Amino acid sequence: MQNLGISILFKGRNILRLLGGLWITVKISLLSVAVSIVLGILLGILMTRKNPVTKVLTRIYLEFIRIMPQLVLLFLVYFGLSKTFNINLPGQASAVIVFSLWGTAEMGDLVRGALISIPKHQYDSGAALGLTRFQIYFYIIIPQTLRRLIPLSINLATRMVKTTSLIVLIGVVEVLKVGQQIIEANRFQAPTAALWIYGTVFFLYFIVCYPVTRLAGRLEKRWQN
Amino acid sequence: MNDTEVLLEIRNLEKDYGDTRVLKNITFAVKKGEVIVLVGPSGCGKSTLLRCINGLEPIRSGEIRLDGRTITDGKTEWTEIRQKIGMVFQSYDLFPNMTVLQNVILGPTKVQGRSRNEASAEAENMLDRVGLLDKASAYPRQLSGGQKQRAAIVRALMMNPDIMLFDEVTAALDPEMVREVLDVMLELAENGMTMVIVTHEMAFARAISDRIIFIDAGEIVETDSPDVFFTRPKSQRAKKFLNLFSYE
Repeated sequence: MQNLGISILFKGRNILRLLGGLWITVKISLLSVAVSIVLGILLGILMTRKNPVTKVLTRIYLEFIRIMPQLVLLFLVYFGLSKTFNINLPGQASAVIVFSLWGTAEMGDLVRGALISIPKHQYDSGAALGLTRFQIYFYIIIPQTLRRLIPLSINLATRMVKTTSLIVLIGVVEVLKVGQQIIEANRFQAPTAALWIYGTVFFLYFIVCYPVTRLAGRLEKRWQN
Repeated sequence: MNDTEVLLEIRNLEKDYGDTRVLKNITFAVKKGEVIVLVGPSGCGKSTLLRCINGLEPIRSGEIRLDGRTITDGKTEWTEIRQKIGMVFQSYDLFPNMTVLQNVILGPTKVQGRSRNEASAEAENMLDRVGLLDKASAYPRQLSGGQKQRAAIVRALMMNPDIMLFDEVTAALDPEMVREVLDVMLELAENGMTMVIVTHEMAFARAISDRIIFIDAGEIVETDSPDVFFTRPKSQRAKKFLNLFSYE
């Protein structure tokens, strides 16, 4: 007898397993986003430097990471390193490294854009008051940059959360993989389980990303200049 | 205070942008309490000259002395000198992330280390004088151009400068707001503030200045009292320039 797909969801510990998978997704995303924000800010500041060497190096890094599909980067770090240098990174660590590399590049470009969009006169006005370079950045430039950055970087963060679904392919069991396992295990009793389980996975991604985008919208409204 | 004391002295100042000499052999002195207006065609170097005075632009050669002290010898602590030189820009440039009050007390509290309460009290007093007390907790985006510019003037004055530089402060304003800003400057002049002003408002230049310095193509062409400059300028270049403002 064939069960209704939905009953699979409530069978055994399936919901808990899905939530466990979601936690892996969220953990990898949070770590990568945190690293990306910190390193991205530094990279962005570096990218606004006039020094031609830093300019070229940061540009190459950015283009390289952007052109490369994230999946290729994941394979490169997970399989490439282990085969060539005998460095055996666990899947989750590889994922955090790759998403941080990617996020840092994207974040760096956002920071660069936000920094150069601050009119030169803001620096001049600060300097004319006798503020030091550090004070100008701390009190004037960075607060304004953050306001421009927050909506953009939240958008980036949600993109990163979504893209973590790729790490299935390096064997990390996250929410999507758990979903697949549940479906596979119940293939014969409940062929319609795919709809229900993937629907639930969809919903789980939604409840992670939606509040974040809402927050971005709110901040944007509040900080409108 | 000795009224004839020289406060700002500029000697043989030269400035390049790339291969172009934008200021040539600029020499003049400003006495305490004096109001100098720099006039000249757009792009003649007036604004650059102001920016050189407080170190926002490096100079090629020459000397600038403030209160007897050379400030262009490379050892200058600009953060210290700039507290004595107030500057107001054409595009107001209030800091959009702060309220008007926060804007005007930023310098006093962070640069001069004055207490927040004391600086706020003085700021409110000064904002009141320029008619902006009710805007103290407003953000710059909620202000008109004229109000922003008056707030920017207060921000510069809060540092208690010895001299004020005004760089075409009314050029970006709607005509009906020009007056409110010029009135603030006139009041400052009456109270004895030393000022160097770049402006295209000729009637105002004539009313406020003690001396007019006419600059063309990066050099000082003539220096006159306002009456002489506007009625019988000596040089051909000044005559030609002044003709641009008359419709006879």
